[in-house]
Amino acid sequence: MKSISCDVLVVGSGPAGLAAALEARQTGAQEVLLLERNDELGGILQQCIHTGFGLREFGQDLSGPEYAWRWIDQVHDAGLQVLSETMVLSVDATRRVVATSKALGMIEILPRALVLAMGCRERPRGALAIPGTRPAGVYTAGTAQRLVNIDGYMPGNRFVILGSGDIGMIMARRLTLEGAEVAAVCEILPYLSGLRRNLVQCIRDYDIPLHLCTTVTEVRGQDRVTSVVVSGVDADRRPLPGTEREIPCDTLLLSVGLVPENELTRMAGASMDAVTGGPRVNEGYATDIPGIFAAGNVVHVYDLVDDVSQAARIAGRSAARYACSTQAPTGPTVRLVAGENVRAVVPQLVHPAALEQESIALHMRVRTPIEAPVNLDLRLGERTLLSRRFRYVRPAEMLTLTLPQRLAGELAGATELSVHVRT
Amino acid sequence: MIDIQEFICVTCPVGCNIRAEVVNNQLVAIHGQSCQRGEAFVQEELRDARRMLTTTVQVVGGTLPLLPVRTASPIPKRLLLLLASELRRLQVQAPVEAGQPVLPNALGTGVDVIATRGITAA
Ligand SMILES: Cc1cc2nc3c(=O)[nH]c(=O)nc-3n(C[C@H](O)[C@H](O)[C@H](O)COP(=O)(O)OP(=O)(O)OC[C@H]3O[C@@H](n4cnc5c(N)ncnc54)[C@H](O)[C@@H]3O)c2cc1C
Ligand code: SF4
Repeated sequence: MKSISCDVLVVGSGPAGLAAALEARQTGAQEVLLLERNDELGGILQQCIHTGFGLREFGQDLSGPEYAWRWIDQVHDAGLQVLSETMVLSVDATRRVVATSKALGMIEILPRALVLAMGCRERPRGALAIPGTRPAGVYTAGTAQRLVNIDGYMPGNRFVILGSGDIGMIMARRLTLEGAEVAAVCEILPYLSGLRRNLVQCIRDYDIPLHLCTTVTEVRGQDRVTSVVVSGVDADRRPLPGTEREIPCDTLLLSVGLVPENELTRMAGASMDAVTGGPRVNEGYATDIPGIFAAGNVVHVYDLVDDVSQAARIAGRSAARYACSTQAPTGPTVRLVAGENVRAVVPQLVHPAALEQESIALHMRVRTPIEAPVNLDLRLGERTLLSRRFRYVRPAEMLTLTLPQRLAGELAGATELSVHVRT
Repeated sequence: MIDIQEFICVTCPVGCNIRAEVVNNQLVAIHGQSCQRGEAFVQEELRDARRMLTTTVQVVGGTLPLLPVRTASPIPKRLLLLLASELRRLQVQAPVEAGQPVLPNALGTGVDVIATRGITAA
């Protein structure tokens, strides 16, 4: 088996991997190697042909492929080594990586620092347990997106979409533009799970029926889906008897959430956050395994690619510093804890010593939406250290609170900080 | 007669709820936008709502079967479905460069439809 060593190895070439690899080089790592299992770089962006990417990074409203290519071109210009059609099979706590590559066969890579950027995958039907038959014609929304946008195959003519996540809404518009009919988008929650702009530009612009507090309770059809039964739900998301309605369709798309892809992270033995589904990281996106960092949707699912690129730069920078000098922030850490109406906070740990050098952005999501001005508070015990006002908070939209350097002194000696959303 | 209209601004991901007071299709007051682009958005919604169209066209002789395309700038909303069905019939020959116009002056709007990636010849 061929053995390769390098300064920084990046696994996955979505926006996170691309930004981390580039930044690692710019921080001084000489040998940066980027691995991708697909034949093309760019990750999920290549199938996201809609616009909405890059407003912050480039000040332009770009499509997914355009955003990806801007980064891919930079990676090539910087002369980074890239191995596509190479899939990583295992990672251990000593950073020994085993991969299978179309060009090189089985290889072993021993990097000084490793950045994990494998993205996320869609929650499959199995996780939902919808009763009924198991006919053909049930897809996840992302699979359908790939079929329609890359392979040129229309998976059906008349669709019902379960879940109002961004991929579901974007696919509702996409299928309509391709001449198909979207009979309904059903959302079990009383509010939208994707961005509000997508309600306007994907659903209302095309008069697609959206039903909140509604779920699919049965799939009908023998070989192929012929209809689904939808029902209203109560406050505990239980179907309400007597509200069933049959909607004829030949295809059901599921857009019911994304889960970080962390098989490799677990293999390496990194501690995980049960809420985000990703590894617990510090301000430099370091996991608790020395020299292993994480970037992008493996850490927690982002809604905006610009935020992915931004966080991945930090991971790439930390990885390069570790590779070049085994330099890592030292000293005690402070835990960040999700308080009132906060689902999870990333990073989960910060070093006060690192805050002396540089401000630290904290990312979080709320549990329930509030369509009125709220405060996001950072507290040390009962004391509020920092507060930021938001006009609204919605679970679909990640919130950012930046710790300024001046708080470094306050954090020294603390063990725990909490964040709360209050009206 | 003041007509109160509700909008969700789609200019950026914040998605502000905007309340507009409209008289004779003219904006007289506006509340809820977090930045100036919100007002420009509402003005345009009242005058002639515009959106970007993104879709794919078929590629002949390329390494991939489909080319992702978009309008170079937003076009009137009422033309979206028409232009999409027009583009379903369009075929382009590989190689294609990113940014290359594949349909100039789409439906007489003065806006080109451009490739959003390159595709090499097979
Ligand atoms: C359908 C959809 C629509 C979206 N729409 C928008 C939008 O309109 N605007 C916006 O700003 N953001 C949008 N996003 C969000 C944004 O695009 C994603 O958050 C971003 O792509 C995540 O980047 P990533 O690099 O973490 O993951 P990915 O892009 O998923 O990249 C991960 C890469 O890792 C590779 N990989 C995985 N495992 C291995 C392995 N074992 N070995 C080698 N390689 C591996 C994969 O092949 C893939 O290329 C959307 C996301 C999705 C899914
Ligand atoms: S008003 Fe400004 S901040 Fe609000 S959605 Fe529009 S562009 Fe974004």
